[in-house]
Formats: sequence, C-alpha cells, structure tokens
Amino acid sequence: MTDHTRIDALNPGTFSLDGDEVEFGPGESILQAATRAGYYIPHLCWHPDFGTKGSCRVCTVRINGRIGAACTVQAASGQEVESDTEDLNAQRKILLQMMFIEGNHFCPSCEKSGNCRLQATAYDIGMEGPHFEEFYPDRRVDASHPELLLDLNRCILCSLCVRASQDVDHKDVFAIGGHGINTRLLINSPSGQMGDSALMASDRAANICPVGAILHKRQGFVIPIGQRRFDNKPVSAQPEESKP
Amino acid sequence: MNPSGLSIEQLLERHQSAPNRLVQLLREIQSELGWLSRGTLEMVAKGLHLSLAHVEGVAGFYRFFHQQPVGQYRILFSDNITDRMLGSEEMQRHLRHLLQVAPNTMRPDGRVSVSSTSCTGLCDQGPAALINHQRVITRLTRGRIEHMAALIEGQIPLEQWPAEWSRVEDQVRLANVQLGTQPAPGQCIAAAVARGAQGMLDDLKRSKLRGRGGAGYATGTKWQLCRNAHGDAHYVVCNADEGEPGTFKDRVLLTSYADTIFEGMTIAAFVIGARKGMVYLRGEYHYLLEALEATLQRRREQGLLGNSIQSVAGFDFDIEIHVGAGAYVCGEESALIESLEGKRGTPRIRPPFPVESGYRGRPTIVNNVETFCAAAHVGVHGGSWWASIGTSHSTGTKIHCVSGDCERPGLYEYPFGTRIGRILEDCGAHNVQAVQVGGPSGVCLCASEFNRRIGFEDVHTAGAFMVFNSSRDMFEVALNFAQFFAHESCGFCTPCRVGTELVVRRMNKLKQGYGSSEDVQILYELDKLMHGSTHCGLGATACNSLRDTIAKFRPSFEQHMKSLHFAPGFDMDAELSQARLATGRDDSGAHLETLA
Repeated sequence: MTDHTRIDALNPGTFSLDGDEVEFGPGESILQAATRAGYYIPHLCWHPDFGTKGSCRVCTVRINGRIGAACTVQAASGQEVESDTEDLNAQRKILLQMMFIEGNHFCPSCEKSGNCRLQATAYDIGMEGPHFEEFYPDRRVDASHPELLLDLNRCILCSLCVRASQDVDHKDVFAIGGHGINTRLLINSPSGQMGDSALMASDRAANICPVGAILHKRQGFVIPIGQRRFDNKPVSAQPEESKP
Repeated sequence: MNPSGLSIEQLLERHQSAPNRLVQLLREIQSELGWLSRGTLEMVAKGLHLSLAHVEGVAGFYRFFHQQPVGQYRILFSDNITDRMLGSEEMQRHLRHLLQVAPNTMRPDGRVSVSSTSCTGLCDQGPAALINHQRVITRLTRGRIEHMAALIEGQIPLEQWPAEWSRVEDQVRLANVQLGTQPAPGQCIAAAVARGAQGMLDDLKRSKLRGRGGAGYATGTKWQLCRNAHGDAHYVVCNADEGEPGTFKDRVLLTSYADTIFEGMTIAAFVIGARKGMVYLRGEYHYLLEALEATLQRRREQGLLGNSIQSVAGFDFDIEIHVGAGAYVCGEESALIESLEGKRGTPRIRPPFPVESGYRGRPTIVNNVETFCAAAHVGVHGGSWWASIGTSHSTGTKIHCVSGDCERPGLYEYPFGTRIGRILEDCGAHNVQAVQVGGPSGVCLCASEFNRRIGFEDVHTAGAFMVFNSSRDMFEVALNFAQFFAHESCGFCTPCRVGTELVVRRMNKLKQGYGSSEDVQILYELDKLMHGSTHCGLGATACNSLRDTIAKFRPSFEQHMKSLHFAPGFDMDAELSQARLATGRDDSGAHLETLA
C-alpha cells in the first residue's frame, strides 16, 4: 500500500501501524493519516469530511502501549500504533454489540442492509450475535418529511448528520439531546418533526447516515440485497472516501 | 433559586443575550416558572440566536432541568449509599405513601413530585433531601417526613418550613493546617505580590502541591503552563462541582473558608495574568450562593477584588459564580468548561488541555476548591513549609469526608501518609468491613488493607471516606454505585453510555436472584472494556468499586445467586402464570416444581 497521495513535504513524518510505516501530514490524526494511506481502522462516527467527534470508540488503538481513539490522537513521528490485534478487535466487537443492543436493529428487514456501516463493521469483526440482552427501547419513527424517513431505532448517535448539517448545509437541523442511555437525536423544528425542518433530500446531512436512521423514501430496495456496497467487498477493503 | 419575578425577556437582557449564559438563564427561568416548556425554550433560543434543538439539547442534558411540570414542591432524596444506610429509601416510600404520589411522576393536582438525586454532599448529616433545587433538609426522620407531608398538603411556602430542618453543620472533627487558623483576608495576596508572580510560582512548585480533585496533577506545573500559554485572556476556574458521592469537604470550605478559596484564586490570577475568575458551584449547593456573593462583594469593598488589587497597578481580577444544574460529569475539567460556556457538559477531546485552550478557547486553569485553599496557605507560609508536611510525593495535608458507620462523621484533616486505620480509630468506627476511599470511582479497601496509607504513592483520594461495618451487604454498596454511574453517564461515548446501563441490569438481575457466575464474569468484562475505551476518566473509573467489591467481597455477590453454576435468566414458573390464567388451572400439575 504505497500509492497514496504525497503529504506535505515540509512536514514529513511516519508512524508505524501494525508494523507498516504510514506517512502523515501536519495536524493529522492517526485515523486520518491511515485512511488516506489506504489502511483500514474500524470506525463509525468518523468521516474524512467532518471534524472529529470521538464518541463511538470503535477506532480505539494502542499507541506506544497507551490506549486512545485513533480519530482523536494526533499522529506523531515514531509512534507505534497497534490496531489489528486480537484484544482490540475483541473490544471492538463488544462496542459493536453494545450499539446493536441499545437500539433496535433488525438487519433482515432494514433497507440499509448491505450499505450499512454498522452491519458491515460487525460482519468484518466477526460478530455473530448480540452477546448481551437487547434493551428494545421505545424509539420514535418520524415519517413527516415528504422525501425522507427518520427511524431513531437505528440511530447510533454518531452525530455525522449533526456535523454535516452544521458545517456543510449551514442549517443546524440536528442536535444531540438527553443524557446517559436516553441520549437521542433531536430535530430542529417548531414541532420537533423532520417534516417541519429545513432539511432537504439533497442536503449532505440527509446523505451521510452510516446506518438506516435517515433514509430516502420511495427508493426501497432499488439495488437488491446481495449486490450492495458491502455485499461486494467487506468494509475493511473499502477505505472511506472524501467527497470532492 | 428564589424567584425574582423577572420575565424571560428581562432575564435575557440581564444576561445580555449571550449564548454562553444559556445554562444560567435556564436555571433562572426555571426558578420563575417551575419547568421549561417547549414554548419557553423557543423564546430562549430566539433571544440567544441559537437553534431550538440546541437549547433543547442543553436543557435535556442537566438532571435539574425539567421539560415536564414537576409540581409546586419538587422533593429530591439524596440517594447516596450513606443516605440509604440511614433509611432514606423507606422515608421516601413513606412520604410517597402519605402524599399518594407515584415514583417519578407529578401528583395529578400539580402539587408535588418525589424522586431521587445523586449524593447532595450531606452524607455526615443525612438522610438528606433537596426541595425545589433551593433548600436542603438534613437529618430526615420519620417525624420530619410526616410533618413535611402536612406542610405540602397545607401549601405552606418553603420559607415558613422549620429553619432547624435546613441547618447544615460543618462538623470539622480534626483540623490541621487547612481547617485550622485561616490567613486574614488579603494576607496571602500581599505575600504573593511581595514575591512577584514568578516568585510565587516558584514557591508553589517548591511546595510540590498536587491537585486535590483526584487526578493529582502538579499545581505549579499547571499554573506555569497556563502562564506561558498565549492568549488574549487567561482564566481562573474553581471547580466547586463536588459530585463524587461521599465528598462534602468543598461544601464546608465554601461555607466557612470562602475567603481562603478566593484568596487562592486571586494569587492564581496574579501568577497567570488572569482578569476573570469563575467558581462553578454545583447546583446542589445553590443554597450557599447568597453568602458567597456577599463575601465576594465584601472583598471588592476591601480592595481584594476588582481593579488595582491592593493598589498594584494592572492587578485587576474579579470572580463570578456559575451555578450548575445537576451533572456529575461536569466535575471533569473540560466538561465543566463546556458547561460554563452554556453547552452540554460533555468532556472535550484532549489535547489541547485547558491550560492552552480552555474557557472560550483561552488558556485556563481549573483547580479544585481544596487546591486553591492549599495554594493560599502556600502563599502565606511558603513552599518549603508545605513540602515539609506529608510525604515526599504527597505533600501537605488532605481533608477527608468521613461518613457511614462511625460515631463521629465529618471532616478530618491529616498530613498525607496517614494510615487508613488511624482515621477509622479517630472517627469511632467499629467492626469495619470495608472503606470506600475516594468515592465510587475510588478504591474499596477491606480490613486487611487498613494499614495502607493515604497518598499518591498508595491510596489516592479526592476526599470521600465511607465506612461500612460488618452488618452491611457490600453487594448493595456496589449496586448503589452502579446506579449512580448509569444515572450520571453523559451518554457521549458508547462504552460508558451502554456499559453503565448493562452493569445496572446485571446487578438488578443478581439482586432478583436470577444471576449466575456468568453475570459476574460479564461484569468483569464490562469493567475491562470501560477501563480501556471510554472518552473520559469518569467512564474509565465507573466500575472501579464494582471490581474491588467482587474481588474482595465475592460472597456478598454469591449470596444473591440461587446456584453458583447456573441460574435461568428468568423465573420459569412465573412465566407460566399467563397459561394458568388462560386455562383456569392452579393445581400442582400446573406448576413446574410440583409437576409429577
């Protein structure tokens, strides 16, 4: 994996990721640099186009023996980063299981199946079951928008829609509310319904959800299950791409 | 908060419609209106030019903000294990029974609601309750509960409730340098000014003082980093969000030693070049606000705050008090800063650390109340003097908040290096089974460890010292702490948000008798996960006491299991009750145990 874009020649530096040398640019996080260099570190709340959140913790790695989230730790010369290890992957599996059981995720009936990052990451890590008892929370489905559907049962609180709406669309349609296990996504509109909000189907925020929480209406199963993004290749073989 | 009779518009004006005043505004508005309706939040959002969802998100973060009516009287029972040991659960049930009100719901006539809240810092004089977020009641008894019910039914205003009920005592049982004779107002500032900023800083470094909030970071280094950091403003923040259950030293320091705290903050300002200081006072201590404001005002009049302090040109510094709204996580310094800025109190990604980029992105020091007091004493007596007390790595004294099973609960101040057993002897504790040092996120020590010593080299502590005698079920202690963390998790990161909830569910399952060794194994697994993956230190330590309790008091867990090897996750016979109902049968053949 050497055919990555050259980084700032004035500020060269490399760290090792599971034994491979990875170049990084000024101010880059370990996850940013690794992704740009074509490496895969499992992650859900991070996306190359948006600021770092650090909430899902799936990208947790060991840096010179210390634990840290790859998306929040700045890359530095000489770091020895371990990511693809048995114990870290075991930990990631538990974090993914936690995300499954705290919501209501029924993959076989979900329109996002095959395009879902949560599902794909769980498959890739070898998650075979929930391990913990499901919480089966009572969460809201909001079909008030003419073109979009919000199903909070599947929301993993990655806040990508919050950031996209704020930073790209400049609309602030979403926010995070509540606390603890009752933390939830809020819609900015007089009624709290998505239909009354400024969200449009073409907004970046309406097209960033890594799971099936924000879906486009009347597009169900246009691509058959089995032929979708992560059906073709596992998530680990498809590093995240920036939008031009 | 006492209603001021101001309208939302007037309150907005008072805070100059500044978005960073959001939390303060919501508090004040709620004290006028009782709760925060969607319409109210909409007005606030408009006034501050924030989105409604943002304002709703902030309101929903803090436990003391209500988006549903909670009644004319909002009764919150402090739910620390020490309150429970003094019978608070039974008293809460009794009050609900007398008032005919269901848990966590407002009585239909809008009169009252009764619920629980995390430790209110009155463990040495509990059981305690908080009424309408403005009045505390200590030493609850069945008699007081019955009288309280009558006052509520009679709609007697809080001001007319017996004053004796709200008496809060300092209970300083053993004073050393910090709880002893205090410097005269201005004495410490004068000493610092005489030495100069660099001289004062050098002395502080010489003292080897470490932060009293738990983490133990070198105070001199923190001040130095902040002093060296570039910014158009520097800030001094006093962390008075004393939320760790079992801790109440800051309450006493704020009550009777406020001058020393402010003195410490002022020399910090002198060292780092700050013009503004803030005290983040936990919402539970709102009743101290008036006296603290009066002390600040007196200090302004004495020339100890304001412009040209002690006539030193350019030494301008003033202090303002922010009141929290019920969120343990705000004790974490970066979450505290978020809250000061009027946002949800979720911890920031670090680095950058507050000393470089803190309040409004400017260099900021955040120190614990006790740390500022200690710094003030260093200011007066010098760093070498302080370093001569305690041990080489833990200098000076530490204040311990003793509660639980002992004859003389209250504050005890010892030099670092003091034996746990010595503290137990002094407070009159007998048949001690365990001591929880440093609160739920600290360490649980059993009898064989009572020779260990307080200090950063051995037993760290932020101050809590809860004693459990041999009659206590340590499982109940662990359950209380698990409930605390689930209640206080900010919800930001997956491992803490889901992990704390999973722990509580496992513990409840064990309590109900459906648990097995497998559940204990899962608790270990969750502890390991949270230690290695949470966003902040609070999540990382959320299972500390659980891990200790399982390791040291495993029989208390095992007594809650029907079988050590296997137990079903549910009661199979109970599951058949619907079938029995449907078939109208209740004979021996319809029960599993008696099935032939």
